[in-house]
Amino acid sequence: MSRRDARRVLGLPVCAALAAVLAAGILAGPRFGEFHGAYGRMLNAVAVPQRHATNVVTSIVFDVRGVDTMGEEFILFAAVVGVVLLLRDEREPAGSTRADDVRSDAIRMFGVVMVGPVLLVGLWLAAFGLVTPGGGFQGGIVIAAAIVLVYVSAGYRQWSRFGRERLLDPFEGLAAAAYVAVGLAALVAGEPFLRNLLGNGQTGTLVSGGSMSILNWAVAIEVAAANLVLYTEFLESYVVPHISER
Amino acid sequence: MLLLVAAAATAVALTMDPLRQVVVSSVYGLLLVILFVVLQAPDVALSMLVVSSVAYPLIVLIAISRTRRRRGGEG
Repeated sequence: MSRRDARRVLGLPVCAALAAVLAAGILAGPRFGEFHGAYGRMLNAVAVPQRHATNVVTSIVFDVRGVDTMGEEFILFAAVVGVVLLLRDEREPAGSTRADDVRSDAIRMFGVVMVGPVLLVGLWLAAFGLVTPGGGFQGGIVIAAAIVLVYVSAGYRQWSRFGRERLLDPFEGLAAAAYVAVGLAALVAGEPFLRNLLGNGQTGTLVSGGSMSILNWAVAIEVAAANLVLYTEFLESYVVPHISER
Repeated sequence: MLLLVAAAATAVALTMDPLRQVVVSSVYGLLLVILFVVLQAPDVALSMLVVSSVAYPLIVLIAISRTRRRRGGEG
């Protein structure tokens, strides 16, 4: 028996067992469209009257489950710090690099046309996070994508104006700190951690949600800066040395 | 819609070239986004959209360009 055949003999029962477990799990679960979460129904009923945020998901993320979101934010923060620690020292000395040219006119044109609209969509997603679907996380990545489009369409030299660690690191750190600061401010005022201090505002407007909107923007800036730091580190240590070799 | 998503997932698994796989998996992500919108979960759909079409492909593309160049400058 060749190795290939042996692999098949070993693999087939395992695949069959996995498929059986998966099928059993799907069949035993709740039927499509049924929902048994009492907690979810309760939140749906009280979220808008209590928090004045028409996007219930955002009011859960930044208020009811605000501490969880803080943990998630610091997972991202710690991951990016890890990448920075691994990659930042390996870099080529400054001055040995030159911009790589974008050769396709179509790509350049597409990028130039799209940077503005994409940035606008990102800001809109973040700003309306408490009113319509969206929020800081999605908005932050779209904002980062707009700046990555600058690299795609204009090459490394234009990108390096935004992709500098001195510019990005403070944004990342301060935005993460701002989230904690909002939580601590509530403690200082004698309330529980992350309690909404600023009142709820008017339902359905951009100023609804009180401290939730501050947390929302903190997350947007944190996510955008974290992604840009990540891409900068990868580009600097992976792409730039090869540009200079060419 | 579910069948379409299942077909796209199979296509991702069957694509051999990693560079093509990035594009195919983006299409798969986009189909998932449509599925989430159909099932009335716009927030999940937006998260899926930004992760599957922006964040994830970028990281994978950079990694692919690095490994190809190391192997012999074909990228």
